[in-house]
Amino acid sequence: MTSKHLTAEAGSQLEQVNGHTNPGLPEHKPRITDSSPQAERITERQIAGWFILSMIGTIGFIVSYFLFDSEPGTYDNLRLQNTAFGITSAAALAGIGIGVILWARQLIPDAEVVESRHDIAGSEEDQAVAVEILNQAKEESGIARRPFLRNTLIAAVALAPLPAILVFRDLGPLPGDSLFKTLWGPGVRLCQDPGMVPEEDRYIRAEEVTIGSAFHVIPEKMHESEHPLDEKAKAAVLLMRVDPRELNTDPEKEDWGVDGIVAYSKICTHVGCPVALYEHQTHHLLCPCHQSTFDVTNHCAVIFGPAKRPLPQLPIAVDDEGYLVAQRDFPEPVGPTFWEINMRETSVE
Amino acid sequence: MTMTHEPTTAVGKAANFAETRVGASKMVREFGRKIFPSHWSFMLGEVALYTFIILVLTGTFLTFWFKPAMGHAIYEGPYVPLQGVEMSEAFESTLAISFEVRGGLFIRQMHHWAALLFMVAVSVHALRIFFTGAYRRPREINWMVGIALIALGMGAGFTGYSLPDDVLSGNGLRIIDGLLKSIPLVGTYISFFLFGGEFPGVDIISRLYTLHIMIVPALIIAFIAIHLMFVVIHKHTQWPGAGHTNRNVVGEPVLPTFAAKGGGFFFMIFALLGFLSGIFSINAVWAYGPYDPSPVSAGTQPDWYIGWMDGYLRIVPGWLEFYVFGLPLSLNINTALLAALVLFGAMAIWPFFEAWLTKDYREHHILDRPRNNPTRTAVGVAAVVWYAVMWAAASGDLMAVFFHMSLNDMIYIFRIMFFLGPILGFIITKRICLGLQRKDREIVLHGYESGEIIRLPHGEFQERHKPLDPHKLWKLMAYESPRYIPAEPGPDGKISKGEKRRATIAKYFYEDRVAPVTKEELDAAHHDHHALESGSHEAGSRGSIGH
Repeated sequence: MTSKHLTAEAGSQLEQVNGHTNPGLPEHKPRITDSSPQAERITERQIAGWFILSMIGTIGFIVSYFLFDSEPGTYDNLRLQNTAFGITSAAALAGIGIGVILWARQLIPDAEVVESRHDIAGSEEDQAVAVEILNQAKEESGIARRPFLRNTLIAAVALAPLPAILVFRDLGPLPGDSLFKTLWGPGVRLCQDPGMVPEEDRYIRAEEVTIGSAFHVIPEKMHESEHPLDEKAKAAVLLMRVDPRELNTDPEKEDWGVDGIVAYSKICTHVGCPVALYEHQTHHLLCPCHQSTFDVTNHCAVIFGPAKRPLPQLPIAVDDEGYLVAQRDFPEPVGPTFWEINMRETSVE
Repeated sequence: MTMTHEPTTAVGKAANFAETRVGASKMVREFGRKIFPSHWSFMLGEVALYTFIILVLTGTFLTFWFKPAMGHAIYEGPYVPLQGVEMSEAFESTLAISFEVRGGLFIRQMHHWAALLFMVAVSVHALRIFFTGAYRRPREINWMVGIALIALGMGAGFTGYSLPDDVLSGNGLRIIDGLLKSIPLVGTYISFFLFGGEFPGVDIISRLYTLHIMIVPALIIAFIAIHLMFVVIHKHTQWPGAGHTNRNVVGEPVLPTFAAKGGGFFFMIFALLGFLSGIFSINAVWAYGPYDPSPVSAGTQPDWYIGWMDGYLRIVPGWLEFYVFGLPLSLNINTALLAALVLFGAMAIWPFFEAWLTKDYREHHILDRPRNNPTRTAVGVAAVVWYAVMWAAASGDLMAVFFHMSLNDMIYIFRIMFFLGPILGFIITKRICLGLQRKDREIVLHGYESGEIIRLPHGEFQERHKPLDPHKLWKLMAYESPRYIPAEPGPDGKISKGEKRRATIAKYFYEDRVAPVTKEELDAAHHDHHALESGSHEAGSRGSIGH
């Protein structure tokens, strides 16, 4: 045993602090279990009781696994079974935990033990030997005497990881103009977003869009594209009808809506969450993620929050059959700002 | 092998086998009676370790059923509301784990609860280390290892949170995508390389899976190993107390006491997580539905340990995005990454900064009571307040609803508190610490208030103050109080610019100082008290408080 009880060396090694003498460890006070064999026996039984509770818990877990089984193809007993798993496992584990801790606290000797610290740095001899070994290695390898070998080795090792970086090149394609294009284009019909339930495209007639209503919109034939989710992540649109008198329409964008029906990208220009909340009274669009607020009556300019750019507007029109269609793609990139955002024109077909 | 006797019992034979193959006796001798000081605050790191073990156990279970793939599937399982819905295989298998694998939901919830608790444990553990000055020499490297573990824990949590491919996790990834794209010059490329093309693509789940079940946990295990190795090399710190010195460590031996308590504690943490997972639902992905870039509901939030960065994104105003020659600088977004770097970076350099300020490069194995280093404690509280403001801002929308307030006003409050909160936290904490130190001085010099009223011969009533016992007294007066060291000339006899700067900062940090009670003061006070007891009018010395 490397450690000693402090009482043996009290005083002699305890340094003074602020002139005060360290009084040394307080005297150890025996517990009731140290002095009374009867208390010891009671404690022993208590601890065994916790271990028995643990065994009951474990058996309870196994029983609940079979007892609360659901009918095949259903989950009717799931809630009950999960609750039973929680209670039985807590009993099984806490029984062991509490029992062992009580054992340690009540029965294992609790007098504090003192160990001295050692210097973290090696002894002078250790250091001398280490230096000697390193010098010997330096000599034998000739790393200092042969700078040509050493430097070419360093250069070779420095270059060697380059292929390891290079082979990661195919992690992804280069962005190209993909962030400037969406599925929208001239004549592409607006469809109601069916969520993740696959169904036929449902086109939207202008008269369906009553004042105060809002439609979640995707482009037609989106589900036939190669990566529908990628397309949806750019092309999702929110369609609203506002009383035309309330709209402050930019003269250049006069024909981008249809009788107060306007379509805006649903992808937030902050970090790309869907701007899903439409306040009918104020005509504000609110992003639930970071609370950027856009004013529909003002071409979705930002009126509050962390976003900077307005939501891009999708110019729409009505086709021969009375359905809403896009006039063209978004005039500017949708979604979060990126470095190259002003580096090329969005495709105008 | 010069074993003098042949073992006869089964245990003896097994021990002999281990001894002759791995030299077990040397390990037992080295570690068996290693001393660990006992204090509740030293168990925080244990909680982190134990929850990590539970994370590995439950996570391994989940991998047997989880399919980290984004191929399309139409749900046909037992959960009726989602039947016929299109989803990824990842989401489908998460539903299968929840509804079809018996105990699957229980283990999934335990994995999530354990992750939340792990991050609580590492964070509070780091606070304990900071506020007690346990990061000082020789433990600076281990402090940085700990910071790396917090960052890795956030990484593990985020990659795991994203795997089920539900609406919330998909939106979390979308935010990461936006965050990456805001990085100047290379952001778009990083995003395309991470997602294998455009967001969301079909690669991200399997890539996150590799990160989540291999790379990040492997790093965490490696760093935990280094972390614990350092604890062995340095031995544990201890609280100031009678009999505790900088050259010893007082506590319980590993065998049997510490091992029993630690092992028992592991089971209790396990039991707590079992209970939570059985009773409280967490991350009910079936209620959110599969990822779809279009819907998201109000009140979305990330897991708590990501909250502070999400809150930051909420409170930064949009005008911080501006264009230089048409190139966007989205400071409203990418400074979130900067805020994280500032916090972690400041934590990492703090031990060296403090040593430089105080010129204290000595080894410290006795912890500081937080009040005894008021400026450090105040800096720590300022950082905590800063973090907490950002963290709370991630719930700003919910708070606004709860308090019937305008959402915008709520965010304005957070914007103000982002700057004001840490300053107030600093000032108030520093004053509280100095006040507590003065109280300690009072108790040391004049004893504690006993509640006994005595009447002096001339009729005055006084409350009798009783002296503390020497062990408690020691704790209150035997500490070092850092002091301001004015600029000192270097070897060339000149005061360097750096030294001047050090002195300026150090003056601010350490000028307000309550000196610990010295032996002389204590003796003088005792003398006064004896005089008082014998009827003198002389007031007791107030003790000098100053620089």
